[in-house]
Amino acid sequence: MGSQILDQLKRGKILDLLKTGKRIDGRSLDEQRQLTIETGVIPKANGSARVKLGNTEVITGVKIQLDKPFPDLGDKGILICTAEILPLADPNVEPGPPNEEVIELARVVDRGIRETEMIDLHKLVLIENKSVIGMFIDSSVIDSGGNLFDACSYASVAGILSCTVPKYEVKDEAPVLVEGVTSKPPIKTLPVSVTMARIGDYIIVDPTKDEESCMDARITITTNSDGNICAVQKGGSDGFTAEQLIQCSETALSVGKKIRKQLEQLM
Amino acid sequence: MVKIMTQLMTEDGIRCDGRKLDELRDISIKVGVLKNADGSAYIEFGKNKILAGVFGPRDVHPKHMANQDSGILRCRYHMSPFSVTERKNPAPSRREIEISKVIKEALQPAVILKDYPRTVIDVFIEVLQADGGSRCAALDAASVALADAGIPMRDLVSACAAGKVADRIVLDVNNEEDQEGQADMPVALMPNVGKITLLQLDGMLKPEEFKTCMQTALIGCRRVYEIQRKALMEKYFQSGDQ
Repeated sequence: MGSQILDQLKRGKILDLLKTGKRIDGRSLDEQRQLTIETGVIPKANGSARVKLGNTEVITGVKIQLDKPFPDLGDKGILICTAEILPLADPNVEPGPPNEEVIELARVVDRGIRETEMIDLHKLVLIENKSVIGMFIDSSVIDSGGNLFDACSYASVAGILSCTVPKYEVKDEAPVLVEGVTSKPPIKTLPVSVTMARIGDYIIVDPTKDEESCMDARITITTNSDGNICAVQKGGSDGFTAEQLIQCSETALSVGKKIRKQLEQLM
Repeated sequence: MVKIMTQLMTEDGIRCDGRKLDELRDISIKVGVLKNADGSAYIEFGKNKILAGVFGPRDVHPKHMANQDSGILRCRYHMSPFSVTERKNPAPSRREIEISKVIKEALQPAVILKDYPRTVIDVFIEVLQADGGSRCAALDAASVALADAGIPMRDLVSACAAGKVADRIVLDVNNEEDQEGQADMPVALMPNVGKITLLQLDGMLKPEEFKTCMQTALIGCRRVYEIQRKALMEKYFQSGDQ
């Protein structure tokens, strides 16, 4: 109850500022918060990254292991991205099974990386229909400061870029690990997600937690290196006009370019 | 890949189920099909067979979910174990939980919840048989069921997908096209307000195709709206031409 009144006051303040073209933290409407990416933070993982996007912080680990392919996808390796918000990341998060917000977060991050075809899954096949390499990209939000979608997505991409894939040889119809030999994962493109919030008639890029608490609707758009739009997810309890959505798709491409440059440096 | 594409569409743009590029599957909606629910609807959308039942406004359980200033909307999208080729585990999957969330958020802008503080409106959707585009069909039925329950609404919500198949933008993606095609974009629209309340995409579209695909889906939404409207008219004004 108390927080509802606070949210209303916050919304008033945020909207007043937006009318003058400003945001509460001084950014312009299409400006992202500072993004810092550190890789190799978990040496026991095959790849890892710690990403800070403003006050949001995420750690992603990539684990690679032998696996059986899905029955209907015998010519593809396995790629699974998950995400969770740890209880230490936010006073409102409790331990327990994931709620719908967390499930949506994990699925949107996974969809961005899957649909852009970042990894050439055919190259992860060792024996067709029998044995493939599985890549498990698990993200943990350790500090929640808004826009977990983009933070988890950047951390997952950075984790993948930093990872080394063990080499397997097929001997007598079975994969055998070759000690001491690794390679880079087969990367085809760099997915970049850009999340925008609508507050009143204003569209803002990379909303903070305060901005999210009073937004009308949200949209996450993931683009690939060729400038294609590959994944979209609308969220929030209100909608957008078609014109606003087309504007958002253009913003996702232009803002995404800057982020992609930063990620390219990790390659 | 080339082989699959020729199966999905002929040279002159006839799709694997015989439809043209901009043709919807057959859609029929029946209003008020359940005795116990406050509002209900049954939709057949291609091979999709989906029931939606609405209960409320009623007391909220658990109580802590209640909002003092407004009613709340809850939504459950569920697939029957027999609705797909391989038996589906009846427990809600992560996919179903996500779809429940996006459907709820697509309906929310249309429902005037402010009038019903401390209550809940429950929307239960059961997919009895699934084909491609079940979330859109489910939304179409849910929106009609809410109207049937007499809940004040700003507009109906009409949903339809568009996609990219064999390099062409098509309306209302079916199951085969969803599996083998290049993109699937479900869209929901409040047709009179002009607000898009659901938009998802998986696939790969050039920026120009993104616009065309969205516009194509919106045309589909408007056609679905006419079918929803007619179904409601048939129940409440039997002549159907009011």
